[in-house]
Amino acid sequence: MNIGNHVVESAEQSLYEVRQKVYPRAVRGWFAAWRWALVWATQLVFYGGAWLTWNGRQALLFEIAQRKFYIFGLVFWPQDIIYLTVLLVIAALSLFLFTAIAGRLWCGYACPQTVYTEIFLWVEKLIEGDRTKRIRLDRSALSLEKVLRKSAKHAVWIALALWTGFTFVGYFTPIRDLWREVWSASTGPWATFWILFYGFATYGNAGWMREQVCKYMCPYARFQSAMFDRDTLIITYDPERGEPRGPRARNIDFRARGLGDCVDCGICVQVCPTGIDIRKGLQYECIGCAACIDGCNQVMDKMGTPHGLIRYSTEHALENKLDRAQMFRRVFRPRSLIYMAILAGIVVAAGVSLALRVPLKVDVIRDRAAIAREVAGGEIENVYRLQIINTTEQSQHYEISVSGLHEIHIAGPAEVEVGPASSRVLPLELRVHAEREHLTPGAYRIEFEVRAIGEGAGKVKVEEKSVFIVR
Amino acid sequence: MSQFSSSFWDFYIAVITLVSVVACGVFLKMQSVRKVAGGTTETTGHTWDEDLGEYNNPLPRWWMWLFYITIVFSLVYLVLYPGLGSWKGLLGWSEVGQLKQENARAEALYGPIYDKFAAQDVVALAKSPDALAIGQKLFLNNCAQCHASDGGGSRGFPNLTDNDWLYGGAPTTIEQTITNGRNGVMPPWGPVLGAEGVKDVAHYVMSLSGGAADSIRVARGRETYAKICIACHGPEAKGNPALGAPNLGDKTWLYGGGEPTIVETVTKGRNGHMPAWKDILGPAKIHLLAAYVYSLSHR
Repeated sequence: MNIGNHVVESAEQSLYEVRQKVYPRAVRGWFAAWRWALVWATQLVFYGGAWLTWNGRQALLFEIAQRKFYIFGLVFWPQDIIYLTVLLVIAALSLFLFTAIAGRLWCGYACPQTVYTEIFLWVEKLIEGDRTKRIRLDRSALSLEKVLRKSAKHAVWIALALWTGFTFVGYFTPIRDLWREVWSASTGPWATFWILFYGFATYGNAGWMREQVCKYMCPYARFQSAMFDRDTLIITYDPERGEPRGPRARNIDFRARGLGDCVDCGICVQVCPTGIDIRKGLQYECIGCAACIDGCNQVMDKMGTPHGLIRYSTEHALENKLDRAQMFRRVFRPRSLIYMAILAGIVVAAGVSLALRVPLKVDVIRDRAAIAREVAGGEIENVYRLQIINTTEQSQHYEISVSGLHEIHIAGPAEVEVGPASSRVLPLELRVHAEREHLTPGAYRIEFEVRAIGEGAGKVKVEEKSVFIVR
Repeated sequence: MSQFSSSFWDFYIAVITLVSVVACGVFLKMQSVRKVAGGTTETTGHTWDEDLGEYNNPLPRWWMWLFYITIVFSLVYLVLYPGLGSWKGLLGWSEVGQLKQENARAEALYGPIYDKFAAQDVVALAKSPDALAIGQKLFLNNCAQCHASDGGGSRGFPNLTDNDWLYGGAPTTIEQTITNGRNGVMPPWGPVLGAEGVKDVAHYVMSLSGGAADSIRVARGRETYAKICIACHGPEAKGNPALGAPNLGDKTWLYGGGEPTIVETVTKGRNGHMPAWKDILGPAKIHLLAAYVYSLSHR
């Protein structure tokens, strides 16, 4: 910055800016239809999922206090935390893959922020009208109509937000009980807090904050740009085709007058939920929702020019004038192939692991204070604590056996019953005649086997290693 | 730590805290606007590597208000909670107070579960699976460290699964043992008896439970026993539950029944210590524990 001696005047400049409210204009088209399809899909799953039942209980229930997560036929215990990790890894890798291929797909179509903003905007349009009407309403003086329209909008928003908060809490506490509690105004303090908090977050983020969340609060938005490359599909304006832009009559040969395809109608700016002008190129605010593509294509239809002045394209394709086939072939580049391979590997591994998951968990804890004791008959005894967790939803009988030392045996009963989806601690004594077996003092590796017995037990068994100490 | 008894340091901390909080606000205010040269408002004015400028991408105004809110929050917090030197805060909150509150809440929540069993006697509870399930958890959390997970004990810590009791195995006695604890003292006799004398007594003790022993030493040991050991262990060596003196005539040994161990016991004495649990567990839990312990030897 070369200012040298040319400082003529100085001005006060704020380092914080007043937010310019964005009034996105409603848009229809191929990509808007896709977004609405995803709104329906995600919201049906979210609002509906909590009401499903499975084997007489809620199908999807995350009981934090009981530390049990129910997902249809599966019950997850804290010991299954690896599956949560795997889920997060899969989610992260999917994000990498989708972002590398087609930019901020998540942001534009599936992110709750986008989805709820879309719903809230729809409500807003229904009550206050589209963009121009909303701008006019906001600028108008206070009137009965303004008050009525505004309060109706907020009432619907708040109702939607509360319903969202209620549904959210319904995943953590049985939703049918919660429903009754809500109607009798007897929800507990935490349930009340979370319903209101989640409701407030929905109302605030989708109603008021909107693009501010994406621009200033979302960390995701910022690191996604690190996953872009020159073959990533991004929403681009084709300046070569569009420029020089300018208004024109419909029936003239604008090319003969040296004009590009862009009629400078500003629709692409009006429909943008983050209020940017895509014609300035890729910007960090762009959430990749493709509303401008839909908007521009409508105008192109009217003007009789082909679609795609604004389109999904890549930097490479624009530069080298690649056709669609060439551009899409580059989807299969090393970067995305590696993501796909890792993702497929982890998904398959997680699937196999889930399918082979044994509904029984055993922890063996050797008593630490009492190392080994001699009991009647000259046998050496070690004491263990077996925590046996039955993750099925039926009561189960288990038989415990031990191996690793000749003639080692369990003193006392070696069978135990564990109730449905519960755990039981079983103190267990192991004995061996050290002298007869010629065991010198030291630690010997042994292995416990806990096996389900009885009807329908199948091949459920778990082996756990431990040591037996002779002194 | 004399410097901490002076109120100067309370004052010192309070001033530093307040000045820091206020300074954050002043700094924020100072950094909200800046003077720029005319016509150069596009960049922040920072230049690196000769010609690298940085665009001014201002944060939204509401974000700045969040900063101010944190300052207001911290001032309100410092008034309500202890944070400024010795200022106790208007809410009267303290760590100890919160612990007490949480304990009271837990007591209100879980107390009824234990109280349900308080009215039943130990023998009946020892047959109730519900009571035993809770009793086992209490035992594993509090007792198993010494008495082992199965209650079988270990060297120096009595086996609770047999019918041999140091202080008696009646339900009320067990409850009393847990409540008040026990101190079993065997005095050291080495200095009094001398090495040979101790060995004689050891052989006599071994003979009481039918162990192999030197008959000459046994005869000499018997005389010593009748003079000294009899006071606690009794004329028939059956022990004394009032003192916790063990029965020497059976095959149950607290520290071991081999000659070297008995010699060591007599020479150096023993100190058995069972802690008192009344302040830690309270009567309701002790009642359940007693039932569990009772059940171990009455299966």
